[in-house]
Amino acid sequence: MINLVAFIPRAVQQGIPLLLGSTGETITEKSGNLNLGIPGIMYVGAISGVIGSFFYEQSTTGALNGFLAIMIPLLCSLVGSALMGLLYCFLTVSLRANQNVIGLAMTTFGVGIGNFFGGSLIKLANADVPSIALSRTSAYFSKVLPWASSTGWFGKIFLSYGFLAYLAIIISLYASYLFKHTRVGLHLRAVGENPATADAAGINVTLYKYVATIVGSMIAGLGGLYYVMDYACGVWSNDAFGDRGWLAIALVIFTIWKPDIGILSSFLFGGLYILYLYLPTGMDHMELKELYKMLPYIVTLIVLVFTSMRNKRENQPPESLGTNYFREER
Amino acid sequence: MNKSALKEPLFHVVKRDEMKKQQEWLIRGGSILLALIICAVITTIFTGDNPLAVYKSIFMGAFGSSRKAWITLQNISILLIISLALTPAFRMQFWNIGGEGQVMIGGLASAVCMICLKNVVPNALIIVFMILSSMAAGALWGFIPAFFKAKWNTNETLSTLMMNYIAIQLVAYFIIVWEVPKGSGKIGIINQDTNIGWLPEIGNKYWLTIIVAIVITLFIYIYQKYTKHGYEISVVGESKNTARYVGINVEKVIIRTMLLSGAICGIAGMLLVGGVNHTITTTIADGQGFTAVMVSWLAKFNPITMIATSFLIVFMDRGASEISTAFGLNQSFADILTGVLLFCIIGCEFFIRYKLSFRKKEKEEK
Repeated sequence: MINLVAFIPRAVQQGIPLLLGSTGETITEKSGNLNLGIPGIMYVGAISGVIGSFFYEQSTTGALNGFLAIMIPLLCSLVGSALMGLLYCFLTVSLRANQNVIGLAMTTFGVGIGNFFGGSLIKLANADVPSIALSRTSAYFSKVLPWASSTGWFGKIFLSYGFLAYLAIIISLYASYLFKHTRVGLHLRAVGENPATADAAGINVTLYKYVATIVGSMIAGLGGLYYVMDYACGVWSNDAFGDRGWLAIALVIFTIWKPDIGILSSFLFGGLYILYLYLPTGMDHMELKELYKMLPYIVTLIVLVFTSMRNKRENQPPESLGTNYFREER
Repeated sequence: MNKSALKEPLFHVVKRDEMKKQQEWLIRGGSILLALIICAVITTIFTGDNPLAVYKSIFMGAFGSSRKAWITLQNISILLIISLALTPAFRMQFWNIGGEGQVMIGGLASAVCMICLKNVVPNALIIVFMILSSMAAGALWGFIPAFFKAKWNTNETLSTLMMNYIAIQLVAYFIIVWEVPKGSGKIGIINQDTNIGWLPEIGNKYWLTIIVAIVITLFIYIYQKYTKHGYEISVVGESKNTARYVGINVEKVIIRTMLLSGAICGIAGMLLVGGVNHTITTTIADGQGFTAVMVSWLAKFNPITMIATSFLIVFMDRGASEISTAFGLNQSFADILTGVLLFCIIGCEFFIRYKLSFRKKEKEEK
């Protein structure tokens, strides 16, 4: 039987990058922008943080200043992913390029940036280290709550995560509050549902689209940062982040555009993602593990089909999702 | 671009009337030039090489020797086939980003034929089976998302994407089942001693792929332009309601088009496994299913223009790998340059469709 006390924390750790990614994408999609560049943005968020802390670690010997060790990668990551969001907005909102195509190009571009700097940073910086292992910075990011070890199973399941994990949950709760209960959220939804009406009501459509997409990208970028700094213990390896970005986009549909539902569903997905490690295969059937790895994708596909079959009005994507708005084109 | 001043904006955007063809191509050419300049600047920053030398090594990477030139042509052909496969679906606004999975599953079907039938039926028959099974497998992978789309309007972007990963894991499964030697995690060259199931060479080993690409280009060109199917596809793409009104069975068109799309992707997979690599890996499609989306879009779904766009992408890609090898940089350098190229070209379309009309006042610069 699966040991739940060991399994749940791992599932949650897997789920946090998905949660951040899907919350970011939900905010973006609420403004009517379907940003398929999220996988690339998450790579950029991760590598920007890595670059920041790499130079910081290189320039200091001995103990790091805890505040700087966290703030430098955090700010670098936010700036990197915000720039990607800005690029996406400039091309789709201002230049009205097709969102799907730009999104895919951003993914190629972002993953390329991640792997390029991940693979070449040491050479470009002329550093004298064999690989990028930021264990000193990672120690600050993965510092767990102080009571985690003294409270038994409760501490293991609820308290044993780094601060970004709790931040992720707070962000998604706040995002869901924002959509439901604030004026800004109402305006944002109006922009996503029907930009022409929103425009007529005096809402600045372009501004909302820009801000929502850039903030969304920054949140998604944090998912990449969490993955490399906390989950991977500060070790960068190319392509390690894998397809989590795409799963994050799929999660948006899974959670029917509600970030609060996203919290538990991303942990569920995180669990599916690593379930293959726990399912029995026997020594002579290692190939079955590859089939178990299909699980998250098959579940997503089934969920996609079911949500489209039920076709309830409140579960629909924002009406104008994926289309660009041009005031003079009615 | 968001410089709206408080009273009257500095400029506003107006839709253009038809632009002259010449002028359009001038803008597109300009955007490619701009992209090349940005790429050279980026390369110079990272390598310290002078920009002219950068262009030279890009060119040498793609056409430096006859072997390199042939490989470039072969890569163009494969990318072109996949782009052509996706095109009919895009024309009806069906965002098939599952080219990757359809190629993989086609390749897997060929590999199954090569491995399981090798001592059962004669070689010629195996090749026939390979062609049929890879087309069928690709078509199946296209059919599943199309069916859901037609029946319940399931989001095809995500369902085709999920099909990619299912295909990749299937391939990974069979690689471990067949791995040679055990525990290595790869298959190695299939039937290296007997060459069973290797596609025949015409002239040299590159021509077959090129010829198939030419044939498919002509086929798609005619299919889209001169057949009833092609007409139905463009009506569905313009407006589903119009299509229903004139009596086109939209569901049938969606499924039929995706069967075709998937089958052609399957052929690309068969060429990769049976003709180019003679093995199968989980990265055999190498992201080309995604790149093909952009190739097809850049060409505005025109099969003939697509030759040029796939050339451009492959050319930059091979050139960038040459640079990264020469300077000991990571191979992903190519992705960055490709990204810059795409952003410039796609972004420039704005200036073809719209123009900026500036505030009519005294010329005051702010």
